[in-house]
Amino acid sequence: MWKWFHQLASPPHFYRIAPTFSLVLLLPGLALIAYGVYAGLFLAPMDYQQGDAFRIIYIHVPSAYLSLMAYMIMAVAGGIGLIWRMKLAHAVAASAAPLGAWFTFLALATGSIWGRPMWGTWWEWADPRMMSELILLFFYFGYMALRGAIDDTAKADKASAVLALVGVINVIIVHYSVTWWSSLHQGQTIMAKEGPAMDPGMLYPLLANIFGFTLLFGSLILRRTRTEVLFRERRTRWVKEMILAPEGQR
Amino acid sequence: MTAQLSAENLTLFRGDRCLFRGVGFALNSGELLILEGSNGSGKTSLMKAIVGMLDLEKGVVSWNGMPVAEQRQVFHGALVWTAHRVGLKADLTLVENLRFEAALRPQGSDDLETVLERLEISRLKPLPLRSLSAGQQRRVALARMLLADVPLWLMDEPFTNLDREGRALVMELVKEHLDKGGMCVMAAHQDVEIDAPVKKVVLQ
Amino acid sequence: MTNPERHMPSMTSGLLAVARRDLLLAWKRPGDVLNPLFFFAMVCTLFPLAVGPSAEQLTFSGPGVLWVAALLAMLISLNSLFISDFDDGSLEQLLISPQPLPLVGLGKTISHWLTSGLPLVLVSPIVAITYRMPGDVVLVLMLTLTLGTVSLSLLGSIGAALTVGLHRGTALLSLLILPLSMPVLIIGANTVSLAAGNETYSAGIWALAAYAVGTLSLAPYATAAALRISNE
Repeated sequence: MWKWFHQLASPPHFYRIAPTFSLVLLLPGLALIAYGVYAGLFLAPMDYQQGDAFRIIYIHVPSAYLSLMAYMIMAVAGGIGLIWRMKLAHAVAASAAPLGAWFTFLALATGSIWGRPMWGTWWEWADPRMMSELILLFFYFGYMALRGAIDDTAKADKASAVLALVGVINVIIVHYSVTWWSSLHQGQTIMAKEGPAMDPGMLYPLLANIFGFTLLFGSLILRRTRTEVLFRERRTRWVKEMILAPEGQR
Repeated sequence: MTAQLSAENLTLFRGDRCLFRGVGFALNSGELLILEGSNGSGKTSLMKAIVGMLDLEKGVVSWNGMPVAEQRQVFHGALVWTAHRVGLKADLTLVENLRFEAALRPQGSDDLETVLERLEISRLKPLPLRSLSAGQQRRVALARMLLADVPLWLMDEPFTNLDREGRALVMELVKEHLDKGGMCVMAAHQDVEIDAPVKKVVLQ
Repeated sequence: MTNPERHMPSMTSGLLAVARRDLLLAWKRPGDVLNPLFFFAMVCTLFPLAVGPSAEQLTFSGPGVLWVAALLAMLISLNSLFISDFDDGSLEQLLISPQPLPLVGLGKTISHWLTSGLPLVLVSPIVAITYRMPGDVVLVLMLTLTLGTVSLSLLGSIGAALTVGLHRGTALLSLLILPLSMPVLIIGANTVSLAAGNETYSAGIWALAAYAVGTLSLAPYATAAALRISNE
């Protein structure tokens, strides 16, 4: 197990196997998303309260879920890189950040579009979930800004890992404090409707999309990490040999 | 009590650039180690790597046979490092600075007054450090070194900003320290003459 | 030369020495302490000018305005926490001293709080009275500010340690610290608002106290790690 782990973590090996793994995740991911989107938009019954507007959850919920997931991956990878000095882990963290920020943005954008017919406004300050997502987006910005500000990659890796680990604790506290805050200001509870009470015809496409998005995300992470590894190892011998090798042997 | 500082196969990268590779040495009580090399050859980085401020790509620094990383506090309690920058507060007086330093690490029996007298800076006592010349500030850094009761001295270009008299004084102090069983690592780009066992690491 | 029983300074002597030294430095440069206070007072002046001076307006927005102003003033003062030590090389001397780095960083943070957080707490009643805040609410404000600024100093020390030595440090520091400090702001300001509305507010005080204890026990380690990384 440990040996396998080590081998996987070696940059050349990872570079070689990543496309395969990426594809293995991508194909079922796309299939699930195709089903989820089609079933969600055309087959699922209309919500008796929200009409067709609710259908945006098929994008909104997976995005919101992945925005948190990406942050966790970023922090855990950073922690692994910091403690076991694994270079690949830092590359994973570096490539997870923009993806996470993007999903956070998607969650905010879809939430806002959804909010328009629901609350009659594009942005409802008192909604705790939207506020948590917004603060999460700020966390991502801070993380990427810190990375960008440090020239030395190794140093940027370690500093941003510390920030991500501190942030993980704080994201949780932010969530609770925002929930408490919105309860003081008569928060909206429209969004608290998902869950077991959902009609299976609505639920299955949503689950399919959540899994599909997760697989797609995994595939994208692998691809981005692969590029990141190539860039970081640009001065090493294996990269030079690979670039110089004749087509077909790479 | 004898002590030993040793290093094996030290390799350091800064970004993509390899500063040095496979550096090793063993330094015993009473010996002086000189790090030689032109500007930018990595003398300061090597010193920072020895004290554990920089992450080495490869290699181990050991103090008394045990890796420094496993006993950082013990090792740091056994050294004083006179770095390129003196590391003293410009707004505080000489005595305030040295009193602060004294709270950090073990102190010897030498009286502050005697040490300042020896370094010819006792008349500067009431002045804030910012009003001292660069050479005088160097001497205050030397005072920090003399007052501490530690076996290992690390000196990065100790002759910078010092006049001829000051340079001679540094060598005299180093000699005394070595005679008492201490050891010294010195980065220098000029020749150092001393009547003591000298080892060298040359960096390209 | 070294005798085996030589006197090694105790674990806390580094903490005390650093705190004492920084207080002495602050004493010699009072401007560094006063500037954030003036800033605090000025931000509190901006709001009535921008929003209007009516009594209801001021009572209503007072807790929030004072808290936001305090947060920004803390942020300004945090900028210089490690910079001068980094510039003159005394930070690297602290890194290689035999004192545990988390405690050394804590010593600096304590002195930072004493010279920035505490003065804000002491000045806040004057501003609060101009915002027509009743006496008992002012006490709640001072209590929340005390607990809150402790957390802000500690959280801020992490950010300051991460950004020390970077060119774009100042703007970056705000970008890192503000999201981290949002829970403190939310709980602090709303607790004062609750108190002003004659509602129960003790939960907020406990939450702030818990947060302060939590940051006190964790932040020094993060700060120490960040300082080591920044000095590489």
